[in-house]
Amino acid sequence: MVSAVVFGFLVVIIFNFALNVTAHLVTQLAPGILWVAFAFAGTLAMNRTFVREKEQGGLEGLLLTPVSRDAIFLGKALVSFLFMLIVEAALLPVFAAILGFSAFSFTLILTIVLATLGFATVGTLFSAIAVQTRSREIMLPVLFFPIILPVIIGAVEASSQAIGGDANVGISKWLPLIGVFDALFLVICPWVFSFVVEE
Amino acid sequence: MSSDQAGEAIRVEGLHKSYGDWPVLWDLNFSVGWGEFVVLFGANGTGKTTLLRVLSTQARAESGTVKVAGYDCLRQPESVRRRVGVVGHSGLLYEDLTCRENLTFYGQLFRIEHIRQRVEDVLSRVGLTRRADHRVKTLSHGMQKRVAIARAILHQPQVLLLDEPEGGLDQESVSMLSGLLSEWIQAGRTVVMTTHNIELGLAWADKVAVLSDGGLQFQDRETYHDSAKLQRTPTGKTTSKPSRGLSGDSSRYSTEDTARSSGGSN
Repeated sequence: MVSAVVFGFLVVIIFNFALNVTAHLVTQLAPGILWVAFAFAGTLAMNRTFVREKEQGGLEGLLLTPVSRDAIFLGKALVSFLFMLIVEAALLPVFAAILGFSAFSFTLILTIVLATLGFATVGTLFSAIAVQTRSREIMLPVLFFPIILPVIIGAVEASSQAIGGDANVGISKWLPLIGVFDALFLVICPWVFSFVVEE
Repeated sequence: MSSDQAGEAIRVEGLHKSYGDWPVLWDLNFSVGWGEFVVLFGANGTGKTTLLRVLSTQARAESGTVKVAGYDCLRQPESVRRRVGVVGHSGLLYEDLTCRENLTFYGQLFRIEHIRQRVEDVLSRVGLTRRADHRVKTLSHGMQKRVAIARAILHQPQVLLLDEPEGGLDQESVSMLSGLLSEWIQAGRTVVMTTHNIELGLAWADKVAVLSDGGLQFQDRETYHDSAKLQRTPTGKTTSKPSRGLSGDSSRYSTEDTARSSGGSN
């Protein structure tokens, strides 16, 4: 968790210096920087979701218990979701202070929660796929980001509205889109997971 | 005998399984009764482990029907897993947890009643009471195998699937395993085991089955023992490919067939 927080923090610092985020550019730049940091920090965490269990054989042991694959997947996704929320809760106030926007926006927090739910759900599935490959650290982002792109685009747009634009536009246009993708992912991913973990 | 034990312990009909374009098992048909100890022999890559993985619902059959304790592996996998214990090549354990923590964790997932007592019982049964609070990663390979055996028998499964369980075990541990499996069979439960150790397999088995070219042939112990002798090289080593063709066409063969063909022996 510390590595994910430090990584996210460094991303914001580097972007802040590279792009020279001034007060009138914050609405345009802050959402992108925010979600780049969240997405990369989240990917760092996702890479570890199944690695230790796979290496030690505990995952196979878990799959031999009379627990449904759906329950195992949802348990893993829930932990990833909570883990990411904690990382984001640690990073958001720092981002807000550095980039100069208010972190206490209902729309922004709702956007983060919804987007993180989709991110954790898809990330857990692709982590289970990537852990079975040799170059798992590379495979996860390569497989994962094209699928999660609609959620990240929605999250950046909704965050942009929440930070400096019309928050109502964010709620009415982008949050439903993220919600629909979350619902789709929550149905499809547990189903696919059972095929991924069985030969 | 429980209600689950009304039919056969294992029934496989028309099983096909391949990895990519490489077929491993095809048109496999066999059944194993309750209280039988079946040892699977076969050269490397003939599909012994794959067959055990299909029986334990770790791998899906591409076609065919696989039933364990009367439950369909594809449609009722959780019911199958509740009744199956597996000892694999790896321990299937969390190395950072202690022996007791591992067993308690798995016991909770199997919803075992009086779990503490059951964990103590199995630890005692495999001779690890004194090492119960040691992390698994600090144990020797043989001791880890003993914990794996404890995990496999923790929920008192009706069918035990053992993939070369004697690997890494010392003589004392092999004797412990032998006694444990003997009790298992006497209780009317079923054991299916793979091994490359012919002497040990023949000593423990009621029935011997040979996997070769995707098919399975059941033989009685004496027939296999004689054929194994014939296949030994002048240096005393067994050839890598055991006994193909001893029973002719293997497409449909069961323990009952074997019993009939051998005059109902066993």
